[in-house]
Amino acid sequence: MVGTLAACGSSSDDGDGSGSGGSKTVTLVSHDSWAVSKDVIAAFEKNSGYKVKVLEDGDAGQAVNKAILTKDNPQGDVFFGVDNTLLSRALDNGLFQPYEAKGSDLVLPEYRADRDKHRVTPVDTGDICVNYDKAYFGEHGLTPPKTLDDLVKPEYKDLLVTENAGSSSPGLGFLLGTAAKYGDGGWEGYWKKLKSNGVKVVDSWEQAYNEEFSGSAGGKKAKGDRPLVVSYASSPPVEVVYADPQPDSAPTGVADGTCFRQVEYAGLLSNAKNPEGGKALLDFMLSKSFQEDMPLNMFVYPVLKGAQVPEVFSKFGPQAKDPQTLDPAKIADNRDQWVKSWTSLVLK
Amino acid sequence: MDLARTEVSHEGTQPVKQAVRPARTARGSAARLGLMAVPVAFFALFFAYPVAAIVARGLKIDGAWQLGRIGDVLAQSDVRHVLWFTTWQALASTGLTLLVALPGAYVFARFDFPGKQVLRAVVTVPFVLPTVVVGTAFLALVGRGGLFDELWGLRLDTTVWAILLAHVFFNYAVVVRTVGGLWSQLDPRQEEAARMLGASRTRAWRQVTLPALAPAVAAAALMVFLFTFTSFGVVQILGGPTFSTLEVEIYRQTSQVFDLSTAAVLTLVQFAAVVAVLAVHAWTVRRRETALRLVDAATTARRPRGAGQWALLAGVLGVIAVLLVLPLAVLVQRSLGAPGFGYYRALTREDGGAFLVPPIEAIGNSLQYAVAATAIAVLIGALAATALTRRDAGRFVRGFDALLMLPLGVSAVTVGFGFLIALDEPPLDLRSSWILVPLAQALVGVPFVVRTMLPVLRAVDGRLREAAAVLGASPWRVWREVDLPMVRRALLVAAGFAFAVSLGEFGATVFIARPDNPTLPVAVARLLGRPGDMNYGQAMALSTILMLVCAVALVVLERLRTDRSGEF
Repeated sequence: MVGTLAACGSSSDDGDGSGSGGSKTVTLVSHDSWAVSKDVIAAFEKNSGYKVKVLEDGDAGQAVNKAILTKDNPQGDVFFGVDNTLLSRALDNGLFQPYEAKGSDLVLPEYRADRDKHRVTPVDTGDICVNYDKAYFGEHGLTPPKTLDDLVKPEYKDLLVTENAGSSSPGLGFLLGTAAKYGDGGWEGYWKKLKSNGVKVVDSWEQAYNEEFSGSAGGKKAKGDRPLVVSYASSPPVEVVYADPQPDSAPTGVADGTCFRQVEYAGLLSNAKNPEGGKALLDFMLSKSFQEDMPLNMFVYPVLKGAQVPEVFSKFGPQAKDPQTLDPAKIADNRDQWVKSWTSLVLK
Repeated sequence: MDLARTEVSHEGTQPVKQAVRPARTARGSAARLGLMAVPVAFFALFFAYPVAAIVARGLKIDGAWQLGRIGDVLAQSDVRHVLWFTTWQALASTGLTLLVALPGAYVFARFDFPGKQVLRAVVTVPFVLPTVVVGTAFLALVGRGGLFDELWGLRLDTTVWAILLAHVFFNYAVVVRTVGGLWSQLDPRQEEAARMLGASRTRAWRQVTLPALAPAVAAAALMVFLFTFTSFGVVQILGGPTFSTLEVEIYRQTSQVFDLSTAAVLTLVQFAAVVAVLAVHAWTVRRRETALRLVDAATTARRPRGAGQWALLAGVLGVIAVLLVLPLAVLVQRSLGAPGFGYYRALTREDGGAFLVPPIEAIGNSLQYAVAATAIAVLIGALAATALTRRDAGRFVRGFDALLMLPLGVSAVTVGFGFLIALDEPPLDLRSSWILVPLAQALVGVPFVVRTMLPVLRAVDGRLREAAAVLGASPWRVWREVDLPMVRRALLVAAGFAFAVSLGEFGATVFIARPDNPTLPVAVARLLGRPGDMNYGQAMALSTILMLVCAVALVVLERLRTDRSGEF
């Protein structure tokens, strides 16, 4: 037993040396969707001389909140994973210090935020969209919905499952999409119609996608009976990549007119102990090798001009042509109130 | 959680009360304080301080306490609704669990049948499984397309029935072990004597057996109430967004809404409720110290006789099969969904996807963490139990006994966030240290160790210690020569339970586990959090492995349990 404990201890010693040799280790704090190919991160470590240590902190909201709670004495140097729906909470609480990462000028302009202060660096983007089960619509001779307006039509009654906007980030994104589309005066009316058209709300994406949705691998096994689900534009390629054997085409598709665009940012933490390492890491996150590595690891799109995405990705999960977007400031002002109204409107 | 043998076994051998001589008192209390120093420091540092820190963060603004927030929050109708639902569902779950599990307790206590040991281990497996696994398994039974749905078109997901049934699933073992443990040691001849004297079967039962059992039933009911009152994963997964317990709401307010003051108020409310439950529990435990004539459990069980007894046995086995074994079987079946154990083979692959390492390594991580957590829990728990056993233990010490149970009733998110903001400065900057996970798991393990050890230690006849001391043995030697041989088996059982509980611990671990060292439950949750057939299948395969590891640990415990050498 002593041997086991010793082994357990020593395996983590290298990462904890932040006291003396700490300047050679750079620590990234992220939510648990963080993933990168081994050779890509190894190349960064080799070129920069920094060893990367990663701390994952639960889902996106939880990770941001934890980072804010520990901002005076942060757990790492760089935080990755605050999206446009939570950006204001992070900025208002002084989570980040300014740094303009190398390559920021190559970021597509629509993804840049906080431009005068450079406290955050956009890293990836993805669309929250309604996914549909191709088999269901084929069998029933029904055209899949295309837009938000379609979802309230009688032929799609009792088909959609979505997530709780109060506890799930795709759920919140979908709500924000409807708020963007129908405006302050209209989104509640839209949700009333959606509710009377039999929308089902569950707590988490996992439940919606893996249990309720009839088109996903998990949902098929769980005999999910909802052929429409709020998920991501990148979900169809995942169904292909993680199937064995891989099918020729994705079993699911995306309703292009239902999408809300999410952008994820990283930033240098205010009291980072290794700011130089943190800066190098931010530069790396905007490098072409990292940006092109992201799609098949985190199922998101690059923000860098000219970064290539793998074929399976562009083929089965193309970005929405005209997604709904919202100004982070508008989100900041309204998010809590919208979620509150939504909760009493839809859940009660 | 071997509440069964735990709180039960000592009553038969009530030590003779000793007159404590004044000269010994001072030395005695010094020794007691010495023994308690380590557990007290452990709980102060790794429980009280972090929890206080996060509550203070929520209620203290610019250095001033905002106690008015308590009233504000409690005045909200949403919050009152949550409180009402929390209490209501806990009461209903407790009632239903007793209803379903008491016949089981009787059958395990009084009947001998093939496979009883294994079955007793099997019904305990749900208790140590992480809720994320149980929720998924249970949904496969009562959810859409589940077995009930296929047979009778009956769906219970997102109804309160799913929550109640899952709570029965989880806590069945609590009743079977606590009540059944005592029942098996009650001398059946007492009831038989009453019947010979002309009492009817019901009357004999009501006047002889029931009074003897009542405290055990009360203790089991209170534990089930505690576990269901603080229910998190079950309510979240099976209840859907319309049902919320205090624990779920604390999680939501802390983790999603970031309203720390509301979370702090709710934490205090839950805290008060849990303290009340534990106080009543401590009282019932003490009440049980009235002398009962206990006999060796091995002599009270026999083959069922007559149609009635066989029918009862069949009924209980049927309930176990449907409510407990089926959900677990569904997990196994789904893990085998790919040809040639495809999901299991995939666990060994490193794909750079959900993990930095092959998922199979989570098994090794979990085992290492669990070993460390068990070592901590046994050390702290044994010291605390030894201190609590001392005859001169006063009210303060008995209060400490109840306090040790508190971590079972405080939300994991509160403890996790507390760790983050409290343990952040040298020499206690443990936030990125591997030891944090075993420490958090040990918090949950200690109560089980204490509850297992305490009754056994109390049963050691104090005169033996006295005699050894009179003959010149040092306190250490007394412990080694007198206490240790008698408690060795209880120590092993306690260690086994702490081990199983650590393996399954999810709530606190998920906050602090590192990505390069995920534990089994954390790996399952992460796999479930990703789309795709392989991820889902791997989650089922890992859950099955976790279930088997827990089951093996529990079967080993069962062997220890029944291999009697007379000290119980």
